[in-house]
Formats: sequence, structure tokens, C-alpha cells
Amino acid sequence: MLQTIGASSLDELVRVPDAVRVRNPIVTAPHLAESEIAARFAEFAARTTGTSYASFLGAGAYRHYVPPIVGALAMRGEFLTAYTPYQPEVSQGYLQAIYEWQTYIALLTGLDVANASVYDGATALAEGAIMAVNATGRKALLVSRAVHPNYRAVLRTYADGLELDVDELPYGEDGTTDTATLAAALADQRYAAVIVQSPNFFGAIDALAPADAAAIKATGTLVIGVVAEALSLAALATPASWGVDICVGEGQSFGVAIAYGGPHVGFIATTTEHLRRIPGRLVGKSVDKDGKPAYVLTLQAREQHIRREKATSNICTNQAHCALCATIYLAAMGQTGLRDVAAHNLARSRSLAAALGAAGASARFSAPYFNEFVVRVPGRAADVLAQLQTKKILGGLDLGRFYPELADCVLVTATELTTEAEIAAFAAALKEITAHAAARV
Amino acid sequence: MPQLAFDTPLIFESGQTGRANRYVPEGPALDAFLPASALRDELPLPDNSELDVNRHFTRLSQKTLGIDVAFYPLGSCTMKYNPRINDAMANLPPLRDLHPFVPDELAQGALGIMWELERSLASLFGMAAFSLNPAAGAHAELTALLIAKAYFRKRGETQRQVVIVPDSAHGTNPASAAMVGYHVVSLKSDARGRVSVDLIKEAVGNDTAVCMMTNPNTLGLFEDQIKEIADAVHAAGGLMYYDGANANALMGNSRPGDMGFDLMHLNLHKTFSIPHGGGGAGAGPVGVAKHLIPFLPTPVVRCDERDDATGWESSDGKTFRLDFDRPDAIGTMRSFWSNYAHMVRALAYVYANGAEGLAMVSKLAVLNANYIRASIKDVIETPYDETCRHEFVASAQQLKRDTGVRALDIAKALLDRGYHAPTIYFPLLVPECLMIEPTETESKETLDAFITAFREIIAQAKDDPESVLAAPVNTVVGRIDETRAARQPDLRWHPAS
Repeated sequence: MLQTIGASSLDELVRVPDAVRVRNPIVTAPHLAESEIAARFAEFAARTTGTSYASFLGAGAYRHYVPPIVGALAMRGEFLTAYTPYQPEVSQGYLQAIYEWQTYIALLTGLDVANASVYDGATALAEGAIMAVNATGRKALLVSRAVHPNYRAVLRTYADGLELDVDELPYGEDGTTDTATLAAALADQRYAAVIVQSPNFFGAIDALAPADAAAIKATGTLVIGVVAEALSLAALATPASWGVDICVGEGQSFGVAIAYGGPHVGFIATTTEHLRRIPGRLVGKSVDKDGKPAYVLTLQAREQHIRREKATSNICTNQAHCALCATIYLAAMGQTGLRDVAAHNLARSRSLAAALGAAGASARFSAPYFNEFVVRVPGRAADVLAQLQTKKILGGLDLGRFYPELADCVLVTATELTTEAEIAAFAAALKEITAHAAARV
Repeated sequence: MPQLAFDTPLIFESGQTGRANRYVPEGPALDAFLPASALRDELPLPDNSELDVNRHFTRLSQKTLGIDVAFYPLGSCTMKYNPRINDAMANLPPLRDLHPFVPDELAQGALGIMWELERSLASLFGMAAFSLNPAAGAHAELTALLIAKAYFRKRGETQRQVVIVPDSAHGTNPASAAMVGYHVVSLKSDARGRVSVDLIKEAVGNDTAVCMMTNPNTLGLFEDQIKEIADAVHAAGGLMYYDGANANALMGNSRPGDMGFDLMHLNLHKTFSIPHGGGGAGAGPVGVAKHLIPFLPTPVVRCDERDDATGWESSDGKTFRLDFDRPDAIGTMRSFWSNYAHMVRALAYVYANGAEGLAMVSKLAVLNANYIRASIKDVIETPYDETCRHEFVASAQQLKRDTGVRALDIAKALLDRGYHAPTIYFPLLVPECLMIEPTETESKETLDAFITAFREIIAQAKDDPESVLAAPVNTVVGRIDETRAARQPDLRWHPAS
């Protein structure tokens, strides 16, 4: 091969000017044979003990049952090792799967169209906010404090780049967004969008009241609805039904592994009016030269490889394979399976609330919730969680981490995988901790 | 490409209520828990038996071309083989099922993987530190430009608003610049297909924020004056950004850090053998020089025993934590810490090769690209006729003049012969461009067969151009009416009302 090329050595092919040659030795993880790699990662796995605890963590990443069929199909090499379907004639299968994903998200949110995915829920929010900014020409956003703190953090990071203002709406005593100040905030028409999440970060169903949605729209402001627990879409009134113009969210609950935070799958759905402002890939149905139905990436004039600095977003690679997993999951579960899963989430979380209430940790907020809620614990949440951890229980998320005023509160989650035995053990441990705390006083 | 061509009606057209699979026990009625006003009216999703779901997606897979099926010389995308050990490691249940909010002490192995990967990448590319936060290449570019913006703000140099990109740059570069409010100045490549030092010197100034380059560039050519370019940008007070899309060309043999780059990203889904998955998920770690470390997004993985490591060390016996307390950080870029499963895959790949093996990877990638180039350059123009790196560009401009056969037609004819097409019409500065990147994982036999097919297509274009213009004919559909797709957007199925 070197002879064909006319080179004398491999080193000659990768030679660089002296001024930029490697100066100090490169040291990486050492070469291992495959059997040794498996052993090495078994060590890493053994030092990762989190999954051996009874877990009541949720807060944007949820433990749900994933039928093995999802992995069996998604891991087929044709799907796994394909590139973005730039050559549609040899990518009809994947393109159809993405079209089906777009349909599932549109049906679940009640909106007209959805894109082929974005990175995750938080970046979906940031991209959705940019859509609203472009649609309205306004440079400020009004976001509820009950939106996931990490999502708000990412929104602020993106807003910093584009020099947008981000203001916040407080949450009220019942745990939903307090809209008392909304009218005043909207008065000078400076907001591109009002952003609320339902179920919100506290688990509370936080769909806008019809009067609030109408008031927002009357000022030419868009409503962005955030969904961090996609399973809730199977049960709750659709975002479209409570006035959402742009629905952004996280689809991890649909058969995607938690995997210490990623890859997950963000989605964006909207009305036909805002179709051409959607970031990222879109698959459309067309016909081939013989009139046969065929799928193809479309409306690419929005995208970076055509529009460069004038694109709706810089996104290129998205989360296609996670969206495929979700599509297979939704197909396998069907409406019956999804409703059953949602029902178990509602039931188990109420069972958990009753058990924790009886153990002295009462609900902090009164609003109806989906599968997670906030309880007040005796003392600092961080201390209580540390004690629970000694009993092999991950008792939820310390809200003091994000809300200083809720430092005695824990966000707890129950899903269809949470067992009654785990709930009983959690309640018993909490009761013991409460009794100790009382004895010390 | 002969593919199995079963009809595949939409999943929404095949199911009916009552064919549900019993994955979870039957659930109670929803209105036992919430008022009807909080619930949705209907859930119009089909119930399909698992067999029907299985057959549906199996058939869809058979109409999808992956690396596992065929040679995929898609330039700029580095479609190398994806070893399955990587996926097996990512699917170890303690890692796969780990919640991002578990306390650090219960995630020591998971954090050790991140740390070992980060240390390996830093040494391989000559950077002081990497953030594993960004989800993909474009996301990483945005991250890096936000770092630059924060750095200049801290220095009181907010007048720096210009990003310089060569005209051969990826489209994400200018699009990312726009997302931080920067203005883009595009730089014309010189006759050698490179960025000219003279033009850079004219372009830089007091308003220069960042110069974004890839090396080798998208023509597959090494920017041999990179040191002088970096010096000119630095002298003007700007930062140098390395777009790592082409890192497979130099990994282990030369390093962006040594070339004077202050910021860079890697596409782990290109260089580190992570499957592309039909368009993601990817992963785009961002590397920085020492003076930019404080601005990296939160969280970063910290090893309290070893903060100033220069190369990889074993994580054994060390303790790790996620550090969120970083006052100068640009913020956070995503819901949770990283596309973690891909960090596992990437580290498995590093272990599978070691530093020497990774250097051999890029040597063989360059060898394979040059072998194809040398074997077809007598039948198609190669506008920059010199040794290339991991990819090269050819131009069908003359062929089009002579026969009417364009780059697009060659691409479609390759599909008929069982190959994925090269990247076409990119970079924009080469007319009728075909960008070919074979990667190191392909055998000589595969390359020879591709070369034969490619030469046959060129011969066919000259003898019988109509037959090439008709391609593809062996695929499950022929050329698609893209205008109709854009003019009458049909982006979803609608239930019968």
C-alpha cells in the first residue's frame, strides 16, 4: 500500500513540522486484551454501589421497567452503526422510525409536530426558549422557580451567550407556580415566553389555569411547557390542552437507561405556526421518482450545514438512537401498557406518601402530584438522608441543594418498580430517625 | 445495495386495542387518583403484540445501512468499526442503572471511569483538562465559545466579538458562533487549500475572540503553518479553537496543545469508536489550556489526591467527587453530568488500544485514505494533489462537464454497488465535491473492492451516463422528491377522525 502511495513509511504519512511535534510523552490507560478490559470494568462496576440501595430518587431521571425487546431491537447493528440518514435510499427504515417517533411525541403532547430529538430535557428547554425569542423578537424569558433547577441553569447558560434576560416566577404555598404577579410582569410585553413545568420539579401538576394562559397569549407571549417525566403524558391532560405553544421535555422514561445522567433524549413539539423555527432534524414523508412513498430529512434550510450562522440552532448530532429506543418502547407498551404503568406510578407514590406521613414526614405541598412529591423531615434533609443511607436507602433528593428555604425538605419518587417492601423499610427507618431526633430534643 | 424490501406500514396502522403485552400488572383506573380535569381524554396510541413490534422494527433495520452492513467512507464522520465490548461495558447494570443524584461515595467506580478517560484525553491531545459535559460536537463548540466569552469578560475585553473561521469549516462552527452572539468572519483558503498566515494577520485584531480551525482541515490537508497562525492569533489577544472532528488523523502522533490551541473538542462518536446510532447520541468533551480551566462547565470530576496530574493514572485507591462549586464556570450545559454511557465506551476503547495503539490507529487511517486517493486519482480530479491525512476530497466537476454525471450521481451509483456514499458537496469550496474517509478499521480487500467499484462507475459515466443518472435502482426506493417533502411537509401520522 505504501508503494501505491509512493511513501516510504507510515511515520512519513503523519509527519508534522518540528515546531509542533509532541514534546512530552503521551500517557493513557494502558493496552489490555478484551478479557482484561471486561475484568477491569467489573472492578469499576464493583466500586459503583449506588444501584444496590433502595432508591427513591427521581428529579428528572426515572427508574422504569424496560422490556428486553427494546434493547434487542435497538442494538441491531443496522440501527446502531448507521450515520444520520443523509442517503435516504438506504436509510428508509431509520427514517420511518424517526417519523414514528415524531408522531408519538405529537400524539402524546397534543401538538402538531415534533422534531427528531435534541440532547436532553434541559437543552430542549434552552432551544425552545430560542424559538420563542426568534418568534417574538423579544429578549427576555419568564420562568417558574418550580421548573427543574438544572434546566433553569442550562437556560441561563444559553441565555448568557445570547444576552437574554431570564426572570423568575415564585412558587406558591401549594407547590405550584404562583401567578399572582403574572399580570404585572406581562404588562410591558418584554417576555418572549412564560415557562412552566408540569408535573413540576416538586412533582406537582402545574398546568396553567385557562385564565393565565389566555392572559399570557393576550400579550403576544408564548407559553413553553416543560415535561421532565414523560410518562406523565400518558395520564395527564396534554400540554396542548392547557395552552402550550412549545412543549419541551425529556423522554428518558420511555425505555432509555438512566446511565448516570446520559445519554437521554430531549424532545421539542410545537404548533404548525412555529414549525420552521424548530431546531435540528425533521423527517418528512414524500415519494420517490416512481411515486412510491418514501421518507427523507426535510426543511433542512433551517439547519447549520445549509444556513451556517443563520441557522435556527447549531445542533447536528442529536439523540437518534435514544429516540429509537423510546419509539420501540412506546410501540411495545401501547396505550394499555402505558396507562397501566402510569396508574402504578400514581398508586405507589400515594402509598409512599401515606407511609412517610405515618412515619412523621408529612407532605410539604398540597397540590395533586404524579409520581413524586415533597416531604418535610425532622432536621436538615442532608442529615436525614445520610442516616437513611446507612440503612441502604436513598431517600430522595435534598431540596436544600437548590432551594435554601427548603433545606428540611426531600423530593421523593415512587415508580412501578418501587416495591411495598421498600416503602415499608423507608417508613420504618424514617420513624426510627424521627424518634431519635425527638429523644434528643 | 440490495436490501430486504418488505412493506412496513406505520406502527400506528397495524395495532388495535386489546393486543397489549403484559409488561406490568394491570393497573387501577387513573381517576381513582386524580380529578378528571387533570387527566387526558384519550391516548390514541396503538396496542401491538410483541411479535408485531419485533417484526416491524426488524424489517425497518433491514432497510437501514450501518457500518455493520457495508463500507461507509463518509468523509468527516469517521465511520470506523464499533467494537461490541464497548456496549457490553456500558450495559453493566451498576453503571447502566446508576442515578445521577446518587452520593459520590456510591459512584466511585463510575467517577473513576470519567477521571481515567479525562486524564487519557488530556495527555493524548496536549490539553490541561477536559470537561466531559457536552453532548455532541456542536454542543461542545457552543461550550467552548461560552468559555471564551467568559474569559474575555473576566479580562474586561468584551469588545472581542469576532470569530474567524476558514471557508472549509464545518457549518456548526459559524452556527455555534452565532449562538454566543459573535460575528463570523470567513477566511478564504489559499491555493494550497490551507489558511494563509498573511490573511490571518490581516484578519486578527483587537476585536478577535476566537479562531476556529480543524487540523487536518476538511480537505484532509495538514495546516503546516499552524504554529505561525496560532502565534498571530495569540499576538492579537485571541484564542485558538481546535474542532476535533478530524482528530482521527493525528491522535497519538501530534497534538492540538502543541500546535498552540487553547480550546478544543473531540467527537467521541467519531474518533473513539462510539456507534453513531443513526445520528446520536454523541459526546463532545471540551479540552482547555491551563488558563481556561476555571471556566469549564459544572460539574467536573475531581480527584482530591491528585489535582495536577499531567497524564493518565490508575484510579485505583483514589477518591473522586463531582465539583459543582466553581465560581468562574460558564454554568452547566445539560440536564446531567455527561453522556455517561459513552464515557464508558470511550475508556474501553482507550484500554483496547493504549497510547501506542491509538497512534497506530491514526497512521492506518491516513494510510487507507492515501491508498484510495492514489488508486482513483487517474480517473477523477483530486484538486489538492498531495499526501492527504485521514480523508481527501475529489471533484466531479470535469466529469460533470464531460458526461453530465455529478457527485450526487456517483454517490447514488455507489449505493447500488453496496457502499455507503462519501460525503458530497462539502466542503463548500470544492465544486462537485466527494469527501472520502475510509478509517483504519477497513481491510485492504475492502478498499480494493471499493476502488474497483468507484472506477467502474467513472467508466460507466463515460460510456453510458444515463445509467448512472438513473441510480440508485437496487435500493428499496429510488431518488426521493425532496422538494415535495419541503413544500408540503408531512411530518407525522394523523389518527382517523
